[in-house]
Amino acid sequence: MSDPAIELKGISKAFGAVQANKDISIRVMPGTIHGIIGENGAGKSTLMSILYGFYKADKGEIFVGGKKTVIPDSQAAIAAGIGMVFQHFKLVENFTVLENVVLGAEDSAMLKPSLTRARRELKALAAEYELNVDPDAVVEDIGVGMQQRVEILKALYRGADILILDEPTGVLTPAEADHLFRILDGLKREGKTIILITHKLREIMDITDTVSVMRRGEMTATVKTSETSPAELAELMVGRKVLLRIEKSAPALGEVILDVKDLNVTDDKGVHRLKNVSFQVRAGEILGIAGVAGNGQSELLEVLGGYEKATGTITLRGQTIDLTGGKSDGQSRRRRGIAHVPEDRQREGLIMDYHAWENVAFGYHHDARYRKGLLMDNAAIKADTAGKMKRFDVRPPDPNLAAKNFSGGNQQKIVLAREIERNPDLLLVGQPTRGVDIGAIEFIHEQIVALRDQGKAILLVSVELEEILALSDRVAVMFDGQIMGERLPGETDEKELGLLMAGMTDVPTDKPVHEAVEEQLAHAGTGDKRGS
Amino acid sequence: MDAMPKWAEVTLVPLISLLLAAILSALVILAIGENPWAAVKLMVSGALGSTYGWGYTLYYATNFIFTGLAVSIAFQARMFNIGGEGQALVGGLGVALVLLYLPFPHWTIALIASAAGAALFGAAWAFIPAILQAKRGSHIVITTIMFNFIAASLLNYMLVGPIKAPGQEPATSKFPATTQLPSFQDMFSTADTVLFRGAPANVTFFVGIAACFALWLLIWRTRLGYELRAFGHSESAAKYAGISPTKIIVVSMLISGGLAGMMAINNVQGEAERLVLNAVEGAGFIGIAVALMGRSHPVGVFIAALLFGFLYQGGAELALWTSIPRELIVVIQALVILFTGALDNMVRMPLEKVFLSMRRPPKPDRKSTTARAAE
Amino acid sequence: MDLNTLIQMLDATVRLATPLLLACLAGLYSERAGIFDIGLEGKMLAAAFVAAAIASVTGQVYLGLLAGIGASLLLSAIHGVASITFRGNQLISGVAINFLAAGLSVVIAQSWFRQGGRTPQLSGEGRFRSITLPFAESLSGVPVLGPIYAELISGHSILVYVAFLTVPLTWWLLFRTRFGLRLRAVGENPAAVDTAGVSVIGLRFAAVGICGILCGLAGAYLATGLQTSFTKDMTSGRGYIALAALIFAKWRPWHALYACLLFGFLQVIPLRPDLITNTLGLRLNGQLLEALPYILTVVILAGFVGKAIPPRAGGTPYVKER
Repeated sequence: MSDPAIELKGISKAFGAVQANKDISIRVMPGTIHGIIGENGAGKSTLMSILYGFYKADKGEIFVGGKKTVIPDSQAAIAAGIGMVFQHFKLVENFTVLENVVLGAEDSAMLKPSLTRARRELKALAAEYELNVDPDAVVEDIGVGMQQRVEILKALYRGADILILDEPTGVLTPAEADHLFRILDGLKREGKTIILITHKLREIMDITDTVSVMRRGEMTATVKTSETSPAELAELMVGRKVLLRIEKSAPALGEVILDVKDLNVTDDKGVHRLKNVSFQVRAGEILGIAGVAGNGQSELLEVLGGYEKATGTITLRGQTIDLTGGKSDGQSRRRRGIAHVPEDRQREGLIMDYHAWENVAFGYHHDARYRKGLLMDNAAIKADTAGKMKRFDVRPPDPNLAAKNFSGGNQQKIVLAREIERNPDLLLVGQPTRGVDIGAIEFIHEQIVALRDQGKAILLVSVELEEILALSDRVAVMFDGQIMGERLPGETDEKELGLLMAGMTDVPTDKPVHEAVEEQLAHAGTGDKRGS
Repeated sequence: MDAMPKWAEVTLVPLISLLLAAILSALVILAIGENPWAAVKLMVSGALGSTYGWGYTLYYATNFIFTGLAVSIAFQARMFNIGGEGQALVGGLGVALVLLYLPFPHWTIALIASAAGAALFGAAWAFIPAILQAKRGSHIVITTIMFNFIAASLLNYMLVGPIKAPGQEPATSKFPATTQLPSFQDMFSTADTVLFRGAPANVTFFVGIAACFALWLLIWRTRLGYELRAFGHSESAAKYAGISPTKIIVVSMLISGGLAGMMAINNVQGEAERLVLNAVEGAGFIGIAVALMGRSHPVGVFIAALLFGFLYQGGAELALWTSIPRELIVVIQALVILFTGALDNMVRMPLEKVFLSMRRPPKPDRKSTTARAAE
Repeated sequence: MDLNTLIQMLDATVRLATPLLLACLAGLYSERAGIFDIGLEGKMLAAAFVAAAIASVTGQVYLGLLAGIGASLLLSAIHGVASITFRGNQLISGVAINFLAAGLSVVIAQSWFRQGGRTPQLSGEGRFRSITLPFAESLSGVPVLGPIYAELISGHSILVYVAFLTVPLTWWLLFRTRFGLRLRAVGENPAAVDTAGVSVIGLRFAAVGICGILCGLAGAYLATGLQTSFTKDMTSGRGYIALAALIFAKWRPWHALYACLLFGFLQVIPLRPDLITNTLGLRLNGQLLEALPYILTVVILAGFVGKAIPPRAGGTPYVKER
């Protein structure tokens, strides 16, 4: 038996008082696809960043191809034949593909010869692994799937034999993901070793040969994929049995709460972000908006939340809502009974340096109950916060702790408590469980369903198709700023929704699905900045 | 978790920064052939050794309270108002116009009117850079600096032209006697002993203390302060919450400019009792060091202002009795800005290590923190 | 306005644009690498003082120039340590450097020369003299082109030519070399540079170093080329105006040249109030003229820049993502 391509022995890493990796050992065999699965915050990314020389381990050893290797920086990792595709791409957006590939791997002090050679090699790599990209395209103008390929090309151009991919499918349509997996298969056949980090059980089952499970900084198991099951993996990840389905009753539909007609948004670069978007949400209903990130969902939430200008009409319970001017802001939306759990709690939903209690008043700081004369009634806010923390099981239940000191799940619960307890007519929810551990996911899903059962209207935006299918009473799919169609969750499947997410209403007959998807995305690609 | 207890954060970090600045300043004094220890003794005796010295120290401190608060309120909204100098100059113009052209029966009414004039003029001078930043994205550091130069020219023009008093000097005539503010000498001397003789400290010092309290209330207890700090922490979150960036930028800069302008009741009305050229003497810039050292908190600003009052008066004594020029204060001010503002981490990181190693037993590995930091 | 007056004004524009241009290009390197630099002013001022002081003591302007560059580099190093190594606030660091230079220059000048914070007048080898280009004399008789060549192009000090040649050199370095590619990348996305195995810190220090050298040239030119001594606060806002020019130029070398010529011209206007009176028919008073460059800087920043997008990673220290 050959030496493992990668072997880690006893790796530990702490950030301040937080132990991100505890005594981790793992062996990755050459020519295999090795999955690493775990919840958010389990320490997967930290471990791989150590392998790529991005962080320095406090303890432990790394062996590459059986040889002990010290990897103090990325340069050393590259020299050892390791390449990494980060979850957030490390590309220079206003450089061309070619410039990005060459950056850091130039042959000489002058650029020209390097660029010429890279152009030639890219062509060869493209032919070999189905990795087609236009070398002269500027990165910010190409789609996310394409950008990911640039990252893979960057690694291959540097001669990587071992390729690490961190959550690579989060930004892809299902068809694009399938294509990616075929590329990875091809690389494996050429003898490359691939480490795939993900939190999606399905991907692990579909493509990996071996899978390692991480939980709370520790490696809990390494098993052959063929000898395990999703249920077993889930249990290993969470440490207990998990419910993979949400119990919910049939919806009791009421009157139309939100009516959106012909909504259009053009951003300051002149790119059309929303194109004639129309839909309705009824009382007692969850409308799920599916789609790959960056297809207008964020803009839709921003318009409804009052901080993006738009044309068209929106009515709430039949009353028109201003879309521009002084009465179109977050404050007036809140007064009209629209609550909003934003997509990015750290950038929008919370002030990370504010205490929990200050965050509970955030957006509602003009409320009469939080006021005492001209001043804010901090005591009242704190009391309210204590109650909310108890009801939403926020841990630790300390109103005086800064938001940044809570875990992702608990931060999200603070936002959710604030918005849900306002008893809104309409709740906007964006990516409710992004970066949240499974325990909190269950709780958050229950809260959303409970609000719907009270007869409220809920607009749910999520890039997790599973989440959309599990929660929604009706699903609308967005692509390139438009709504491609609406489906009932019981009457559709991931495959159909996946095509809609790529802007296609029919299954192509003349060519393979992934090619059709690719073409479609190439046409819509310009100005499309998914995930940003 | 925060690595350092709060008390250390607010006391140790500024104190060590100050110490570093002091050591470097001592080296400068050594380098120009003077004795640092003698210099310190001279500064202390000159600035704190008599009520006369105190009278100057507190007078300068009053200036710095206003300019320090001005920079602080802008910092809270993450605006860098480097234009306190110009705003204070123009505030002086406001004071002069009010006192020269309106009749006042008593100094109390004069003080209220001149404070309003000073604040109004100072705020107006900050308004243009603010609105340009909010609406056009013009870099506020550059525009406020430009407005300092423009203010100097404006004052120059006014003092050699429209409001110049007869005579050689580019200055206004003296303000009417009824507008004279009570000095510390007037307020604290008894029949037997004269205190603060001839020193310029005056009732404005108490206005400064009141301003500290008012600003504390504004920042930490009102909805405006809440919004302002929220905007300072995160513009994107502020937008989500329906807080208007334009409003916050403009309002914070108006308050900032107003406070800088109000310095003029101290130096123009309280001390000179007329408007002269370059009346601000760099106090606007010292406000930056004061705000940084005081960590943009009114209490910190007050303490830092006292310290700089001491340095300023001590520096004046040095210039008088030794060959150390007054500009030494600018060097100290620069070093304080450097250490408390820019090299903050250099001081903080070793301190955090010390505190981390002292923390025992290690905190239980709470799930909440693990989960967040690991990825 | 006749040709001679025009040439005179353009000639003065070139002279006054030179320190702006050097400072602007200095800022360009720094900001392209993601380090904002409000401290151009202070570095120029320090260089001006040290250059004038050393030139007057040694009588050798080139020694002065070297010393001036050294002083500027020292301040650059402080800015680098504060904003790169210790990830401090770049604006505040720059402001501190400006005050440091303003204070120290006068303190040292006073204790060294005892002339009220200025340096002695330079003469002879102590200052940069103008260079007459070949054939300037003989061609000056040629109509139009002759005077332009002899008066406008010829007859400046060496640093003026250095400044103007730095423009194409900068363009070439930024867009045609490996160093330039990496420099631009580190200002846009340092993580891309880091993961590509190139040192972010090294690149940024290199950029800050180049910035120091160019500010040194700018300052030395002020005190030993344009003027004949150092005087207190003699940069009078040029560092900030250079930054405004940099924004106006949207961080591009050739545009920086045009912007600095424009701002240089704005500084010439106050020197020739008679021309405004003659051409526009209005009499501006002295203080307004004095303030004019500053006012116009604000006007240009506010009105004509449009949307200037600075290098994306500008002003934020690089921290490896957690």
